[in-house]
Amino acid sequence: MSTARLAWVGAGAGCLVLLALASVAFGNREISLHELIAALAGDANGVGQAAVAARVPRTVLALLVGAALALSGATMQAVTRNPLADPGILGVSSGAALAVVIGIAFFGLSDPYGYIGVATLGAAVAAVFVYAVGSLGRGGATPLKLALAGAATSAALSSLVSAVLLPRVDILTTFQFWQIGGVGGAEWDRIGVVAPFLLAGAVIVVLSGRGLNTLALGDDLAAGLGTQVRRTRLIAALGAVLLCGAATAVAGPIGFVGLVIPHLCRLVVGSDQRWLLPFTAIAGAGLLVAADVLGRVVARPEEIEVGIVTALIGAPFFIWIVRRQKVRAL
Amino acid sequence: MTLTHQLVADEITLAYGDRLVVDELALEVAPGRITAIVGANGCGKSTLLRALARLLSPKSGQVVLDGVELNSRPTKEVARLIGLLPQSPIAPEGIVVADLVGRGRHPHQGLFARWSRADDEAVAAALDATGIADLADRSVDELSGGQRQRVWIAMALAQQTDILLLDEPTTFLDVAHQIEVLDLLADLNRARGTTIVMVLHDLNLASRYADEIVAVCRGRVHALGEPGVVVTAELVSEVFGLDSEVIADPLTGKPLVLPRGRHHVS
Repeated sequence: MSTARLAWVGAGAGCLVLLALASVAFGNREISLHELIAALAGDANGVGQAAVAARVPRTVLALLVGAALALSGATMQAVTRNPLADPGILGVSSGAALAVVIGIAFFGLSDPYGYIGVATLGAAVAAVFVYAVGSLGRGGATPLKLALAGAATSAALSSLVSAVLLPRVDILTTFQFWQIGGVGGAEWDRIGVVAPFLLAGAVIVVLSGRGLNTLALGDDLAAGLGTQVRRTRLIAALGAVLLCGAATAVAGPIGFVGLVIPHLCRLVVGSDQRWLLPFTAIAGAGLLVAADVLGRVVARPEEIEVGIVTALIGAPFFIWIVRRQKVRAL
Repeated sequence: MTLTHQLVADEITLAYGDRLVVDELALEVAPGRITAIVGANGCGKSTLLRALARLLSPKSGQVVLDGVELNSRPTKEVARLIGLLPQSPIAPEGIVVADLVGRGRHPHQGLFARWSRADDEAVAAALDATGIADLADRSVDELSGGQRQRVWIAMALAQQTDILLLDEPTTFLDVAHQIEVLDLLADLNRARGTTIVMVLHDLNLASRYADEIVAVCRGRVHALGEPGVVVTAELVSEVFGLDSEVIADPLTGKPLVLPRGRHHVS
């Protein structure tokens, strides 16, 4: 079993390298192999080379954001024992988005660290709020109640985002790209700012894996196995919110990666979080890069933002999960 | 195997919010023996088991393990001494038997520690002891109720604790599988001297398999002792409010409760 999992992880990593190369090679401007190699060697004289040079940070950002969102989703699913959990569906991304919009519109937010801090705070507040609302009433936080609370909160927060933005034509255009969700404007210094936060979140989440494995057996059994249930949940949730907040701060709200990827990965490597989480990160990075390449290629010379592509892939998948019988169990 | 681990409930009061469930209850678990906790629905027997497993902190009094208050010991350390099988544990979708049993090794593993040979051996021994070694690579979803309960018991065995607490381990099982599970627990008790405490609904099975019966009524221990002494028509009437006749089981000589309903009794 472990060998098979290892093979899957290896294959996933291999695909990821190919996708990353494709992401550098393909774009809304066609370039030759010669130009590509020259550019990767550090030459940025021609137009083609310049395009390639711009695509490298973009690819790196897509990898990081994809991995972060997928990890965040997988962790949220484990923490809430809810197959419908995802930063987008639970309203966590919208919380981050609203916080950033308010920061830009009313407090003149422009510092990248400020973006991340505010986005993470917004994500955390939204997460706590949705969980609290979803826990009301009988039976506690059931999957469907959480998903409903998340969807309602998400819709409300999105309207608030529009309400803040509409009278502010001055910031509307800068915000619009961010809002749709994209990695097009990637720059190395922004990546450098966000990377430590993503790394910290990833480390927290991966180290929580074993505790999350016991939580999957039910709270009583987890406690019987020596897991501090509340503390494990809180720490893992913190990691997930950090991942989602930082990813959203840099790329805008991108939906469905956190939902789709963990489910697909579970089919492949099983439900052991120690395997699932790393594999999820690889697959999430792959999906986002692939979606980004697709968005650049299908509408030449225009681009379709990656957030739109993932939504097109994710929405049918969401319906498929909801229609499956075992939606209540995880 | 040492029989030294002493689990004692010292005048514990347990409540969910304002609702008092167990009232100043005292109980010394007999080391190396099988104890069955019996009582009517809602009498507090499962709550008592949760407290013994440190899942619920007493409002007053304390649960003491080897002279030290249970809640003051690191929870992972306690998990190497006391195993718990709750009433309805959750099997993650698609998990295979060996993986699920392996999760019982959690208290023996550190944050960074790798899966060790001791872990492998414990899992193999647990699969053997429960007779499910041939199911090791099967998905838990595909198993029958009886097989599934064996898997959960195997998981508890892999935890390698001297004390094992089980909340109604025979619910949802047909009569053959009930006997099978209780035989398995009796084997474990005989072979390793594991102290077993279980909540059981069926008085006759409790009388047959337990060395000690703890009859709980309205949050207190109503009677405690060997089944032959404790299980009487009087007790059944007081604890369950049921009119019955208790005879000696022709197979075992243990008490056998024959309920006297309002119908079909001459």
